[in-house]
Amino acid sequence: MSMKIKGPAIKFGNNIDTDVILPGQYLVLVDPYELAKHALESLDPAFPEKAKKGVIVVAGKNFGCGSSREQAPLALKYAGVKCVLAESFARIFFRNAINIGLPVIECIGISNEVETGDELAVDFEAGKIENISKGKKFQVDTLPPFILEILADGGLIENLRRRPNKK
Amino acid sequence: MNITEKILAKASGKKTVRPGEIVDANVDMMMVHDLTGPLAVEAFKKIGVEKVWDNQKVVVVLDHQVPAESVKAAELHQTMRQFAKDQKLRIYDVGRGGICHQVMPEKGHVVPGTVIVGADSHTCTYGAFGAFATGIGSTEAAAVFATGKIWLKVPEAIKINVTGEFQEYVTPKDLILSIIGRIKVDGAIYKSAEFTGPTIKNMSMAGRMTLCNMAVEMGAKNGIIEPDETTRKFLEGRTSKALPNFESLKSDKDAVYERTLEFDVSKMEPQVACPSSVDNVKTVSEVGNVSIEQAFIGSCTNGRIEDLRLAAQVLKGKRVKDNVRTLVIPASQEVYKQALNEGLLEIFTDAGAMVCGSACGPCLGGHIGLLAADEVCVSTSNRNFIGRMGSTQASLYLASPATVAASAVTGKITDPRKLEAKT
Repeated sequence: MSMKIKGPAIKFGNNIDTDVILPGQYLVLVDPYELAKHALESLDPAFPEKAKKGVIVVAGKNFGCGSSREQAPLALKYAGVKCVLAESFARIFFRNAINIGLPVIECIGISNEVETGDELAVDFEAGKIENISKGKKFQVDTLPPFILEILADGGLIENLRRRPNKK
Repeated sequence: MNITEKILAKASGKKTVRPGEIVDANVDMMMVHDLTGPLAVEAFKKIGVEKVWDNQKVVVVLDHQVPAESVKAAELHQTMRQFAKDQKLRIYDVGRGGICHQVMPEKGHVVPGTVIVGADSHTCTYGAFGAFATGIGSTEAAAVFATGKIWLKVPEAIKINVTGEFQEYVTPKDLILSIIGRIKVDGAIYKSAEFTGPTIKNMSMAGRMTLCNMAVEMGAKNGIIEPDETTRKFLEGRTSKALPNFESLKSDKDAVYERTLEFDVSKMEPQVACPSSVDNVKTVSEVGNVSIEQAFIGSCTNGRIEDLRLAAQVLKGKRVKDNVRTLVIPASQEVYKQALNEGLLEIFTDAGAMVCGSACGPCLGGHIGLLAADEVCVSTSNRNFIGRMGSTQASLYLASPATVAASAVTGKITDPRKLEAKT
């Protein structure tokens, strides 16, 4: 996976929970592209269609709170979300996203500086986020090297497969 | 160090750990269920490891979509049964277990001082026994299957000191709703919530489990309570594993906390979390006139025998309101049988409630008792998010078993203390 991403933003508010990201009734679906058809549909039924072109989700505090369902970040990833930038994340969602290779970055203040439709550029290794449309730049703490490595490999499973003794 | 730090230090082979430090911890026990397990199995197969690291340390519980409500769910169950068979894992199948978070301690898989991970966010329930327990996702579960290890950031801790005696019909559920109402749903993100104080000391395991269960609803990594004689009594005859010295699991006097919050329950009123956030908490009298179509008593938060006794005490000799459907779901087969023996199921049935088999039920909107648009449900479960129990147009209120039972009788959200006064 490339460590630099560009794309238009779609913005949401605080406390976007995993039931809203992917409702429980769809958890029996196994095909991630089927999950993707329902991503964030209760907030915006058109979201899966909008995300298809490749978007960056921007949100407020506590993004992904609630259930441990990995189907939530999977639905976002397969809908076309390239990364999620939020003021803060619920911890299980944060780990799940990294583990399935969906980059997530905590960026305090981001939700006040981005509007839906703004063109964003993100450099994970450097911890740089740029709102190209508004000409604003943010520096965030970079993720620890072993997490960047998991993301670069495309997820935890791919990362584990590379390790010789799998431990 | 506090209790969480002590457990994480031991699990990672260190003398001490500090908040913010990332440790590689050995996992003592893990759990997957029917909705998170299949993805974990699929991911595990991709890693290229034949066997799970220790088949005595992995438990499978089928509880979310049971009995299978669709062919798709049946196939997920089939996947998990096959995996359990291939790997020689303990599996609690339909009719043999119940809700994972009730089954795990009941069947002796939860031991104080251990590290437990589960592919379910409410795994934090086991903190009630003085274990470090936290929820993980499916891919992470696959990695634990393969390695028996997990990286964890040592959390900062919030101390929640609770004093006072509960009034009648005011419960640990009301306490935890009140705590979340103050801390808010993001107030404990990445943190440990340590419950302590005389009220906790005097609380049953059921009540402690309700508290720790909902720690995740304020974002906490884990909820935890020092183990004591109440813990030991619960575990007696349930686990064959050696228990650690509980003295070694007490937080040190100079343990560091990010902050300490004080709660006095002696004047606490029944609490209700209103739509659609768990921190939108009001006292039952502030809620006002809210008519309901469904009442649900059950879930990993409040489906234990103590909860059912309380609900039965309220419902005994009464009928639920004509236009209200009431569902009662004992959290496990053991709870079901106990409720049967104590005559509680008869009380529920006579009251016009439907008693269902032990499972997660409507809590997560999978099946059993989903809601249509514009319907209102008052529930003893743990989340009232939009669409959680079916239609995105439905409304969910969270409350204690006493408040839900009283509401079922009157058809609107009701203070259980006032219902008693009337009859």
